[in-house]
Amino acid sequence: MTTQLEPRPKTVAPDLPTSAKPSQPRPGGKGIRRGSKQAARETRAGYGFLLPWLIGFFGLTVGPMAFSLYLAFTRYNLFTDPQWIGFDNFTRMFTQDPQFLQSVQVTLIYVLVGTPIKLAAALGVAMLLNAVTRGSGFFRSAFYAPSLIGASVSVAIVWRAMFNTDGPVDTGLSSVGIDIGGWVGNVDLVLPMMILLAVWQFGAPMVIFLAGLKQVPRELYEAAEMDGAGKFRQFRSVTMPMLSSVIFFNLLLETINAFQVFASAYIISNGSGGPAGQTNFYTLYLYGRAFRDGQMGYASAMAWVLLLVVAVIAFILFKTSKSWVHYAGDNR
Amino acid sequence: MSTSSSAISSPSQLEAPLVAPPPREARSGRRKLTPGRVAQYVLLALLTAIVLYPMIWLFISTFKPSSEFGQNPGLLPENGTIDNYFKVLEGIGGIPLWKFFANSLLLAVAAVVGTLASSSLAAYAFARIRFRGAGIFFAAMIGTLLLPFHVIIIPQYVLFQRLDLVDTFWPLIIPKFLATEAFFVFLIVQFIRNIPRDMDEAARIDGAGHLRTFFSVILPLIKPALITSAIFTFIWTWNDFLGPLLYLNSPENYPLPIALRLYNDQTSVSDYGATVAVSFLALLPVLLFFLVFQRFLVDGVATQGLKG
Repeated sequence: MTTQLEPRPKTVAPDLPTSAKPSQPRPGGKGIRRGSKQAARETRAGYGFLLPWLIGFFGLTVGPMAFSLYLAFTRYNLFTDPQWIGFDNFTRMFTQDPQFLQSVQVTLIYVLVGTPIKLAAALGVAMLLNAVTRGSGFFRSAFYAPSLIGASVSVAIVWRAMFNTDGPVDTGLSSVGIDIGGWVGNVDLVLPMMILLAVWQFGAPMVIFLAGLKQVPRELYEAAEMDGAGKFRQFRSVTMPMLSSVIFFNLLLETINAFQVFASAYIISNGSGGPAGQTNFYTLYLYGRAFRDGQMGYASAMAWVLLLVVAVIAFILFKTSKSWVHYAGDNR
Repeated sequence: MSTSSSAISSPSQLEAPLVAPPPREARSGRRKLTPGRVAQYVLLALLTAIVLYPMIWLFISTFKPSSEFGQNPGLLPENGTIDNYFKVLEGIGGIPLWKFFANSLLLAVAAVVGTLASSSLAAYAFARIRFRGAGIFFAAMIGTLLLPFHVIIIPQYVLFQRLDLVDTFWPLIIPKFLATEAFFVFLIVQFIRNIPRDMDEAARIDGAGHLRTFFSVILPLIKPALITSAIFTFIWTWNDFLGPLLYLNSPENYPLPIALRLYNDQTSVSDYGATVAVSFLALLPVLLFFLVFQRFLVDGVATQGLKG
């Protein structure tokens, strides 16, 4: 027997967590009132299937989170017992640790500048690809490739070599009269270089945008055109609202991912976060504190600050999304 | 519900656009090459060149002798050579290159097996079994998607250190068998939900329990989702840097990304050629995977929003 299945309805926005969250799973069955005996059997089966995940969830996620929260209020170096010090780690972070503050600043610039540029590039190229009829599959794959390998050590090595003094970028720019030297050792250019590395990986959000663009009914553009809307007006009044849920999804994911950049910064700076702390991203600094300096308590406190920041950003995005994310069939 | 008329059997067909494209002749045939159209393609070609340049540069640079780095700014080597590859094959620090490859492969294959087994079980529970607590756990699972992993690496490290598993592969493999990568659970849940319930209802009525239903009905049907998960797991594990950096100390246990650091640290000044060659070799399996499975990967991203 061949196995066949229904085509998956192609959803634009990957189903967002929120929409999938409540009241799952749907009642199975056909309205048969389930006896309590059967319910008990279902529950047993459910937890049986879920067992590996449950062990992982409690043993490797919830448990560690609780322990990490405890460590955040201690001094701990892995070899002696944790020593309770209250909020000292947190006050030290914000009042006596200029390196911490700098890493926050560098990370925020990276996230707040890099993510919008990356998404704008992704949307722009997606629109360009959506307009062409032939070869879009090839271009789509070619543009996506960097997203797949961008976080690898190999690419970080390549990136460093390309932007080094007398590397391809330096020589290329010099040949058109821009003599700025290598980017890697330059305090002002190394962060833009890291942002370029992020922007280079615009392919993943682009593919999602492209899937979204394909769902926009052509009639909407035709109607807008008949009403005399120009290209820009069409973009603002048709494309943007129709894509808003996809934009929201990409914005949320890319922002959270950007906060967690690690390998490329580590390789490019040889783990130092240099020059002058300009690649000392939050996660790199956290790693150094924990595993180089042995300050596990302090690093745990840093991790919780990161978690709070990410949670607040996600919360703000979800809250404000009500006012700008338009869902089809939503009559507001 | 009939599954025959619109049935499909391979995932590449999943991406058939909802609105059927016009017949081929109509869309590609005699369409005029307007200046605007030409400009679009020129722009796209230019972008492709920029985007692919770093990879092309990497590949061609592997044929440059080390002495040309910093001397010869051109793309092509002046005295092309394959010596870099021979040098690299010898390995570093007394460990042959194949050892790093074998370590990477072992970790990646174990991760694929573990992820597929544990994620599909969990996904079946979420999608098909009605039990108390399912809603809360599903929400929690989604929550872990957004959890910055730095919150748990320190306690996890402490845990594995207490278990005396540091400098073994276990801390990198065990989590995969416990479905900690929520992305894949979510992806498979979505896939199962789109399978008509009639299929497993029928099996249930015939007296099959959940295990039977899972293995003989659901598992064959979710093959496309499993393949997508397998490819992503393989590539992510192959590229993973932080995990091995934390847990593996002995060079003979290093997978490629960490071994690369060895080359990068010790030889970057004197032997750029070797560093570049080994970087390329480390990337090669991923690039080959990509060339073969690009449809799966790109469509996986398009439909599920998976990150690359």
